[in-house]
Amino acid sequence: MALLQISEPGLSAAPHQHRLAVGIDLGTTNSLVATVRNGISVVLNDAEGRALLPSVVRYLADGNVQVGESAQAMQSEDPINTIISAKRFMGRGLSDIRDTLGVPYRFVDAPGMLQLRTVAGVKSPVEVSAEILKVLRARAEEALAGELVGAVITVPAYFDDAQRQATKDAARLAGLNVLRLLNEPTAAAIAYGLDNASEGVYAVYDLGGGTFDISILKLSRGVFEVLATNGNSALGGDDFDQRIYCWLLEKNNLSALNAQDTRLLLTRARASKEDLTKHAETSLTALLSGGETINSMLTRQDFHVMSQNLVANTLQPVRRALRDAGLKVEDIKGVVMVGGSTRMPQVQRAVAEFFRQTPLTNLDPDKVVALGAAIQANVLAGNRSADDWLLLDVIPLSLGIETMGGLTEKIIPRNSTIPTARAQEFTTYKDGQTAMSIHVVQGERELVSDCRSLAKFDLRGIPPMVAGAARIRITFQVDADGLLNVSALETGSGVEAHITVKPSYGLSDTEITRMLQDSNQHAQDDMLARALREQQVDAEQLIEAVENALVQDGAELLNQAGQTRIRASMDGLRAALQTADHQAIKRAIAALNDTTVTFAQARMDKSVSHALGGRKITDLEGV
Amino acid sequence: MPVSFNFQQNFFQLFGLPEHFRLDNAQLDQQYHALQTQVHPDKFAHLSEAERRMSMQMATRTNEAYQTLHEPVRRARYLLGLRGVDTQEETNTAMPMDFLIEQMEWREAVEEARQSGDVVELEKLETRLRHEVQLLQELLAVKIDDEHSYAAAAEGVRKLKFLEKLAEEIVSAFDTMDN
Repeated sequence: MALLQISEPGLSAAPHQHRLAVGIDLGTTNSLVATVRNGISVVLNDAEGRALLPSVVRYLADGNVQVGESAQAMQSEDPINTIISAKRFMGRGLSDIRDTLGVPYRFVDAPGMLQLRTVAGVKSPVEVSAEILKVLRARAEEALAGELVGAVITVPAYFDDAQRQATKDAARLAGLNVLRLLNEPTAAAIAYGLDNASEGVYAVYDLGGGTFDISILKLSRGVFEVLATNGNSALGGDDFDQRIYCWLLEKNNLSALNAQDTRLLLTRARASKEDLTKHAETSLTALLSGGETINSMLTRQDFHVMSQNLVANTLQPVRRALRDAGLKVEDIKGVVMVGGSTRMPQVQRAVAEFFRQTPLTNLDPDKVVALGAAIQANVLAGNRSADDWLLLDVIPLSLGIETMGGLTEKIIPRNSTIPTARAQEFTTYKDGQTAMSIHVVQGERELVSDCRSLAKFDLRGIPPMVAGAARIRITFQVDADGLLNVSALETGSGVEAHITVKPSYGLSDTEITRMLQDSNQHAQDDMLARALREQQVDAEQLIEAVENALVQDGAELLNQAGQTRIRASMDGLRAALQTADHQAIKRAIAALNDTTVTFAQARMDKSVSHALGGRKITDLEGV
Repeated sequence: MPVSFNFQQNFFQLFGLPEHFRLDNAQLDQQYHALQTQVHPDKFAHLSEAERRMSMQMATRTNEAYQTLHEPVRRARYLLGLRGVDTQEETNTAMPMDFLIEQMEWREAVEEARQSGDVVELEKLETRLRHEVQLLQELLAVKIDDEHSYAAAAEGVRKLKFLEKLAEEIVSAFDTMDN
């Protein structure tokens, strides 16, 4: 914790030039990057003028990687090394993937998250996603002719903690500074809301390639408030392709296809699905590797029948979200359609029937998420915006811990506005018990085994006491990215055992470093240079802040010894700055932060009571 | 939890609202939005890690304050706490017999609707329950704001807690019907 400078509301600390920031929609099928230029959010195209980058990564034996169109072109020919829809595997174990039927990969079961064996070695979904993000980052830096301050990466609103953490890790691995993980429907709402200056309660129905989200938002005078969200992070356009694929197998009496043929038919299935948005019927032809020819006609009507339970499956989360928001269908002023899969006529019809109104489709459902993310990225990067708005989002799934008998005790309920924190006290059940196991889970079910396991850790060093005397305080903190941090504190004896837990599925800093080392040396040099620059800037800012704070409040809030200690720690940081060693600077920053904790706290109390107590809240309005 | 981050004000003071159970929801929303506009992490995203962390703590407390005042049962519990009255929801289980019998009947009705998959009946129960909750809240306002009879108010909170659990059961019944 360092010294917080509270500037006058509405004034930024220092004037600065336009900072380059982008919004990235990391989609199951396609990904894209957008930015705000001259006050308008625009999607950045590649050299060929294409906005959508297919989320396809192909690994080659020589260590090279193809991403996008070139990889997609090879998906039938080289299906095992060409990874599509990697988003479905983010933060997922092998047992989570419902049907591996029709997915030609060589999965490797690994703790926390599955991996894929390719000709270039075993890759995690995080590494695959990072390849996509690297291409988008390069595209943006070229188009904007400068280095990015940061990026907003969008995630499905219904992504759980493991999936969010994996996405953030992928961005870090791609060398991106993540300004925020933003929920996709919320991003779409920003693009729509600001565009149409809307007020009232809106539903965002987002059916992508592999995920489904529904968010209910209240828009009022510059505030976007998510009232409830729900969804299914394993339901999307891919499943509709799968239905056509299964129908093809059945119709042509095929079984046990090889990887190439499987991929070929899935590609044909997707093409015919897209064709059926415009035509009443379509023909599927394919030449299989064994020389067999497939030639089948598919009508829109048949496709609707075979996919109707998928469409119905999206309406169940919609009903739950409405109920959680305490609203009825008639309270919804408008329905925004997001995601390429909402182009399917049967989806549009079902949504229109449910909400009893025609859904809004005036923004391109493939681009609206990236456009909204770019608008938010621009603001988060610190660029001034003519109209300021506030975004209040929620966590999609309840967080809890395991209690006796394998039951879940909910600590933070779903749809809590973030950031949020909740603490709960626990005690020992045996005399002399010195350790306690804590199992953190996410989900709505009663049984721990039905929820997602996020982390398990032991709290050790509890002083031996009679049963029930120890007081273990477990705190869940969910930040504005929707990511969880758990800490435990033993307070009963006055002896503090403190532990901060990073959930086990997340990549540690050393793992990130190892992955970076695996990639080429050049990129690593870039990262080190960036890390050094960042640490230098942080160090200089910190020194300046501490200097100012000492001048302002040092004499009032600190004794002589306290001031000397801080001065010494500052000298240590100045010395570290000379070394050009980012780790050393980082350590010195941490040391100075530690030394100033109490001082910072005293200043916080003073300034906050001053800032908020000095005048009435009504004075703060509209600033 | 950012307990060490100590706003000196209680939740009512934080939003500049009078310490009453009766509450102008529109005003609460307005003050909440005004305060979050100042402290939300989105406003600090471009600043140092220390400032971002501090912002998270302030925004967390602001959300906690809003949730506490926004939900009537929590607001009543909090207000009684400020007046030094413990609502004893865990320890005091001595409820009036007629209330308990009523609760049993409610539960049976919900369970019956769940088992027969009767959505219409469940919706009726939900509407009735909402009405009951409203009556109890109005009573609570009288006990706390007008009569200052906090012991009676604490019992009101305990009753509302029962109804809250019932509402949760109705929601979970709706959920099982969806499956």
